[in-house]
Amino acid sequence: MATAYYLAAKHGIRKVAVIEKGWLGGGNSGRNTQVVRSNYFWPQSADFYEYSLKLYERLNAELNFNVMLSQRGILSLAHSHHELESQRRWANSIQINGIDSEVMNPQQIKKLVPSINLQGRLPVHGGFIQKRGGIARHDAVVWAYARAASNLGVDIIQETEVTDFKITEGRITGVKTSQGQVSADRVCISVAGHTSVLARKAGFRLPITSMALQAMVSEPIKPCLNTVVISNMIHVYVSQSDRGELVIGGAADLYNSYAQRGGIPVLEENMAAFLKLFPSFSRLRLNRQWAGIVDITPDTTPIMGKTPVKNLYINCGFGTGGYKAIPAGGDTMAYTIAKDKTHPLIQDFNLERFAKGKLVDESAAAGVEH
Amino acid sequence: MLRIDCPYCGIRDEVEFRYGGESHLSRPQPEVDDVQWSDYLFNRKNTKGVFFERWCHSYGCGQWFNVARNTVTHEILKTYVMGEPKPEIKQ
Repeated sequence: MATAYYLAAKHGIRKVAVIEKGWLGGGNSGRNTQVVRSNYFWPQSADFYEYSLKLYERLNAELNFNVMLSQRGILSLAHSHHELESQRRWANSIQINGIDSEVMNPQQIKKLVPSINLQGRLPVHGGFIQKRGGIARHDAVVWAYARAASNLGVDIIQETEVTDFKITEGRITGVKTSQGQVSADRVCISVAGHTSVLARKAGFRLPITSMALQAMVSEPIKPCLNTVVISNMIHVYVSQSDRGELVIGGAADLYNSYAQRGGIPVLEENMAAFLKLFPSFSRLRLNRQWAGIVDITPDTTPIMGKTPVKNLYINCGFGTGGYKAIPAGGDTMAYTIAKDKTHPLIQDFNLERFAKGKLVDESAAAGVEH
Repeated sequence: MLRIDCPYCGIRDEVEFRYGGESHLSRPQPEVDDVQWSDYLFNRKNTKGVFFERWCHSYGCGQWFNVARNTVTHEILKTYVMGEPKPEIKQ
């Protein structure tokens, strides 16, 4: 959706159709936990995600839609001396990348998050915070891009599934859908969890594993948590939405899945970890629990750019963290499609990196186990 | 909760097992070029539907074995020991 908007807004290409299998915001863009941040280790990831965060910071004005960006900070916890050491290195690397990041001691964490239990079975030794990180309303982001794109003449075709590609002499000429054929001289696959399925139809293989990542929300309560708290060690992250619900997520269900539902064992682990950090929330009831299918790459860095089929582009492999990349992903893919030239920010995210051994390993920054 | 029929121990809960990804991969000869080697190393079928995969009964007998499972319904269609050929399964 963002790609279509930037194609129309920045490159003057308005004959664009977004073909959506379900309904707008019905996939991962409406299932994620709303976190935006740019606390990445490697410079190429930092540049990309920082660009995305900066686009988020002015998205309201650009799209004339309140996406409810709340830069309440994202706090990563360390549960051992060694984890704290590696977080110091991580935070330092983020600063070198020109992005805000501060290491915090347990007293500072307790002051920021009074409800946290620092003395659980895995005591909190410290952590680091990116204060410009936070949350934005996920549905609003989708609707904002959709309305802006639609106003510029982009066609949004819902409840229409792409069933195959039309390829002539190694070049894309259109797509076949459940509602008939659409001719196009350029096509971009931007379907998250189902990328492997479509790539197979286009005749190439991808290093992607699809898994279910679950999230859940509690019943709404009064404001009590004013930052995003994440623990890589015990696998949980939590924030409070504007409606008062606690939004909780954690590890992925660690086996291949295309079912948009999560298993009970991982749900229980998430809850156990959550209550270790916040015992006072133990009486809360969960309102909803759901899962989205995430496309995980070996280095947890996305795959963006050209494919073996001429004029067919790909934007996938964001795994557990695609939401924060929506503006930058859309902008850089629109550039890549309009000019048939990879945008400088996503040059290292190409599909060829796997054969060249030029991986961008961000498995720590992904934040959750997979 | 998946209930997995370990070929050595019988039916046990999912939490006793560790997942090992796609099964029936065969390592190419060392002479192959980087593209073929990375295809073996990284690219996966990631099937939507019946998928052949490896599991390890890590909190049981410790043995690796194969499972044919539907990745949409999570239904386990067959479990079989390592070295056995891929079973014929009607889609």
